[in-house]
Amino acid sequence: MTEKSNQFPQWEVFIQAKNGGPYEHAGSVHATDKNMALQNARDIYTRRNEGRSLWVVQTDNIFSTTREEEAEFFDPAEDKIYRTPNFYKMPAGTTNL
Amino acid sequence: MTDEQKLVHFQERIDAGEKIEPKDWMPEAYRKTLLRQISQHAHSEVIGMQPEGNWVLRAPSLRAKKILLAKIQDEGGHGLYLYSAAETFGIDRSEMIEQLQTGKAKYSSVFNYPTLNWADIGAIGWLVDGAAIVNQTMLAKCSFGPYARAMVRICKEEGFHQRQGYEIMAKMMAGTKEQKEMAQDAMNRWWWPSLMMFGPHDSSSAHTSESMKWKIKVESNDSLRQRFVNRTVEQAHHIGLTVPDLNLTYNKETRNWNFGDINWDEFWTVVNGNGPCNHQRIAHHIKYHREGEWVREAAVAFGKKQQKQNSLN
Repeated sequence: MTEKSNQFPQWEVFIQAKNGGPYEHAGSVHATDKNMALQNARDIYTRRNEGRSLWVVQTDNIFSTTREEEAEFFDPAEDKIYRTPNFYKMPAGTTNL
Repeated sequence: MTDEQKLVHFQERIDAGEKIEPKDWMPEAYRKTLLRQISQHAHSEVIGMQPEGNWVLRAPSLRAKKILLAKIQDEGGHGLYLYSAAETFGIDRSEMIEQLQTGKAKYSSVFNYPTLNWADIGAIGWLVDGAAIVNQTMLAKCSFGPYARAMVRICKEEGFHQRQGYEIMAKMMAGTKEQKEMAQDAMNRWWWPSLMMFGPHDSSSAHTSESMKWKIKVESNDSLRQRFVNRTVEQAHHIGLTVPDLNLTYNKETRNWNFGDINWDEFWTVVNGNGPCNHQRIAHHIKYHREGEWVREAAVAFGKKQQKQNSLN
């Protein structure tokens, strides 16, 4: 941030659309504290009943993988198709398993 | 990988229809073009609140006022989604605001025209938002993830903007002689600026070919403009409005409405800062940004105080 910046800290917004559903990322807001972040998130991302619950988390607290390390990072999962049901041969005629 | 290899790989990802995310490698020109385009788009949403705000206190009914307020709030929200998308490049929002206020960054020229009568609110919703929807539906397919996602959200919300505008026009066209004249007057003034919203012809558009190669946009200015004209002319005729273009003719073979020449001198005059309201729009933005300074300072102080209390607990 430049010295001139008067920006409030940035928060990432996650919305739960339906009871029991996952919280999905919607975008970000700026706010000086968590209550303001929740209120801003409500006003910006849920004006049409898009959510019934919100999470906000300061952007600085989110860590992510990068595209460059994608292949290497997720590599352990690549040769383990025995973790999926289709790997297994079923005797002919078996159903509903 | 060398930069050249990275560029080849980048183009392959684009061609395969992949979305590019902010932390991925991208050519500097891709980043620059998108940053310019997204911040310009954000500024347009924010400045676009002004011509409509002019009629909040003069709306003809409580219903009309509620709708107008909701629409203006949406435009502000759209500006915020877009600033967020631009910020994923690491630019600070204050920097973008400063670029707007000093004229370094542009916004859509259409908002430099005044709203002179109530029918202008109808014409803006129907024509200006209508043109924006055509453009933004295309931009929802943009290769840059955060921009495309913001566009999907915006398109969902803009549907009501266009319909409420058309409803105003239809109501006035079913009204008194004076109301019909007001609606036609608004149509006459907003038609051409709406066509100009799609930008210069493909043949003279500086950014088109690179933008299409990188799927920053997936359709050209002229093809989008034609789609908008085709859709809108029939809506105009349906409620008895005349399109202010003597050269407008229907081509049965191409099924297109052919239209007359756009006044590009006017377009560039307004782009370059000499439209009817350019000065007023920016002066207004600066004034209210400054007047809000103490609110922002108070919010920061309050946030710090809370943090202190939290750390003591």
